[in-house]
Amino acid sequence: MQFVLTPLALALLALPTLCQDLAVRAERLITMAGPPIADGVVWIEGGKIKAVGAAGDVTLPASLPVLRAKVATPGLVDAHTVVGLAGWLNQDHDQDQLDRSSPLQPELRAIDAYNPREPLVEWLRSFGVTTIHTGHSPGAVIAGQTMIAKTAGDTVAEAVVVERAMVAAALNEDAVGGDGKPGTRSKAAAILRAKLLEAANYAQKRADDEATPRDLALEVLADVLAGELPLLITAQRARDIETALRIAEEFGFRLVLDGCAEAYLLLEELKAANVPIIVHPTMVRAYDETENLSLETPKLLLEAGLLVALQSGYESYVPKTRVVLFEAAMAAAHGLAFERALGLVTIDAARVLGVDERVGSLEVGKDGDVALYDGDPFESTTHCVGTVIEGVRVSAIVR
Amino acid sequence: MTKLLQLAVLIAVSLTPAFAADETPLVLHGARLLTMGPAGNIEAGVVVVQGGKIVAIGASDEIAIPANAETRDLAGKLVMPGLVDTHSHVGGGSGGDGADPIQPDVRVLDSLNARSAGIQRAQAGGITVANVMPGSGHLCSGQTLYIKYRDGRTIDDLLLHDAEGNVLGGLKMANGTNPMRSKAPFPGTRAKSAALVRQTFVRAQEYRAKLEAAADDDEQDPPARDLGLEALVEALEGTRIVHHHTHRHDDILTVLRLADEFGFRVVLHHVSEGWKVAEEIAARNVPCSIIVIDAPGGKLEARDLRLETGAVLERAGVQVAFHTDDWITDSRHFLRSAALAVRAGMTRQKALEALTIEPARMLDLADRVGSLEVGKDADFIVLDGDPLSIYTKVEETWIDGAKVFDRKRPQDRLWATGGFGAGHDANPGCCARQDWWR
Repeated sequence: MQFVLTPLALALLALPTLCQDLAVRAERLITMAGPPIADGVVWIEGGKIKAVGAAGDVTLPASLPVLRAKVATPGLVDAHTVVGLAGWLNQDHDQDQLDRSSPLQPELRAIDAYNPREPLVEWLRSFGVTTIHTGHSPGAVIAGQTMIAKTAGDTVAEAVVVERAMVAAALNEDAVGGDGKPGTRSKAAAILRAKLLEAANYAQKRADDEATPRDLALEVLADVLAGELPLLITAQRARDIETALRIAEEFGFRLVLDGCAEAYLLLEELKAANVPIIVHPTMVRAYDETENLSLETPKLLLEAGLLVALQSGYESYVPKTRVVLFEAAMAAAHGLAFERALGLVTIDAARVLGVDERVGSLEVGKDGDVALYDGDPFESTTHCVGTVIEGVRVSAIVR
Repeated sequence: MTKLLQLAVLIAVSLTPAFAADETPLVLHGARLLTMGPAGNIEAGVVVVQGGKIVAIGASDEIAIPANAETRDLAGKLVMPGLVDTHSHVGGGSGGDGADPIQPDVRVLDSLNARSAGIQRAQAGGITVANVMPGSGHLCSGQTLYIKYRDGRTIDDLLLHDAEGNVLGGLKMANGTNPMRSKAPFPGTRAKSAALVRQTFVRAQEYRAKLEAAADDDEQDPPARDLGLEALVEALEGTRIVHHHTHRHDDILTVLRLADEFGFRVVLHHVSEGWKVAEEIAARNVPCSIIVIDAPGGKLEARDLRLETGAVLERAGVQVAFHTDDWITDSRHFLRSAALAVRAGMTRQKALEALTIEPARMLDLADRVGSLEVGKDADFIVLDGDPLSIYTKVEETWIDGAKVFDRKRPQDRLWATGGFGAGHDANPGCCARQDWWR
């Protein structure tokens, strides 16, 4: 792929093809569903992958547009972000990632706040990120419902993959401290337990009597208790992770852990609970409750046999978002083999989010989401040279 | 011996190698040397270190190895100068308080925690010299400090001095939104910000005139000492460089306008929109220390921040350095800033210079650090590969001929990779038993 670095005119290069049929041919095609393929081809038809294989084994129609790259990978999956709710300007009008009026608001839906035209969505897309799990930030014991979206589309409806993915909760230092929030860790745990108990009672009442008035907050928590969607609990300190495990065991909901800066202290407990973990961005700042974070946490968790993904997380200042490509690169630089690190932001992330039948690897029948690079994607000096979502080239920026 | 006495002996013994100048020459041979100086890159080169200085450097057939030297084979490794960070907040130092937007009398020297784990992490990132600054919430938040990231017990162990024994540092200034607050005496607008700064420098000019008049005339008394004006006079004289936080293109030009009016020496810091006014910056020959951030935004002034800023400034002929602004970016990942700038079009050579010799120039320290040259401080880092590769590790960091970071040492590795206790203060001098304080 030819490119010239004309920094101020990069955006002009973006000329999306609207047809959902194309092929990507890469000197090294990393499918995450088998060994990398030298001179490999992905054939996308109607937005879905029709064939994957060595260029010699896949006969493409002569008229099919073919994008070429040195390296192609599955479109990257950011397992937890706030992009689209939290905007780049960091002004009141573009910060919808947290409502501070109550510490318990499971009724808030990400789809009612997501801005698909947010520049940070375009920013992530230009590095090969095609799927994001986004929603409310840590900072409330229950902050709201998350969604899964593609990083394309002009409306929420066009972007959305899963309208209601998880319920975001937090047992961390941002969620306590008074001023409308619980004042202590114990209090945070107590109000979470009380709310879950209330939801259990509500579900029983609704089952007993259909005329019981609907309560949007309790309804979604009842679905959590019924196992229909997981509770995503942000916890960084070891004791907070323990509390999350304790409450999950008490109420029997599906737990996904988030952050987990000190997870390496609890490998046996996490393994016993077999809980998926969305680790904090590798390069997130090490201070306060993340002071003990390790760049080797993804490696240690994977070695323990856990299902692990990486996230861009929530940033309150500069940079306003992180990029999972960079976070995975730092994990790769700290003890993970290339494909294990790439898995954190592709197939393993898709598994944690429950969308691995659609995204996360290049396999026949899955969405035609591909990221194109001009070298090792993890090297800081490599460029993302194109991004394809469901067969549409949504980014041709060289970045 | 009592336990306390044992401890005291332990400290005394273990301190010695860290602080005394090496009398036995140390010879490092076999590594690829990126000197960042006139010698360029040297394959399988030799560096001779003695008394904390580089006493010889060159190709293996050019350098005579002293008979009594301690030698180390670094074949396959890469050695380059210790990195110089023009803008850091490591050590939790503070500057001015809420009393006034202009507080040049306040010194970060009086607040820095010399034992901060941040210093250990910076060593792990290969940084040996830093300009530690107070924040940007004031038009002038105080005097900055040029330090070496030595294993210091006290702040004095980290300082750099000039030939007269003066502590070296600059002056931190800022414009744009950070110093603007809704309440007086802080400015509410950009024009007010500039007016306050101009009035202050006019006062400094008048103070300097009185000082000069008193120096020329025995009959005249000098003015009463004013700690703030003294620092500003040093800025007017060019002995104290102004390090100016500025993001937006118009704010950048305001800094240049004030520098023209008062003649202070200035380094522009952050310079998010520098790519919009690169020609103007180049015409004024003002150096830029830029920050490399993973995404634009986070504040209004950073919305047009570009990864390409370094490349655009380089092409315009502007002197460019990078900085961490730690904790905005982590000192351990400083090399990555250069790699991302290369990704966006900067040349490799200029990007590496922007981590070493250019920042040294911006701190007036290029005669001592920033390149591997005879007579300069023996500040260098040992890498296991290309400095711009994400997979490369800083294996060792040396300052004044003493090794301050060794990835093979468990405590140093903890600071490099993180883990339980990585946020705790260091207790230098206690390395013989690295966990003695637990």
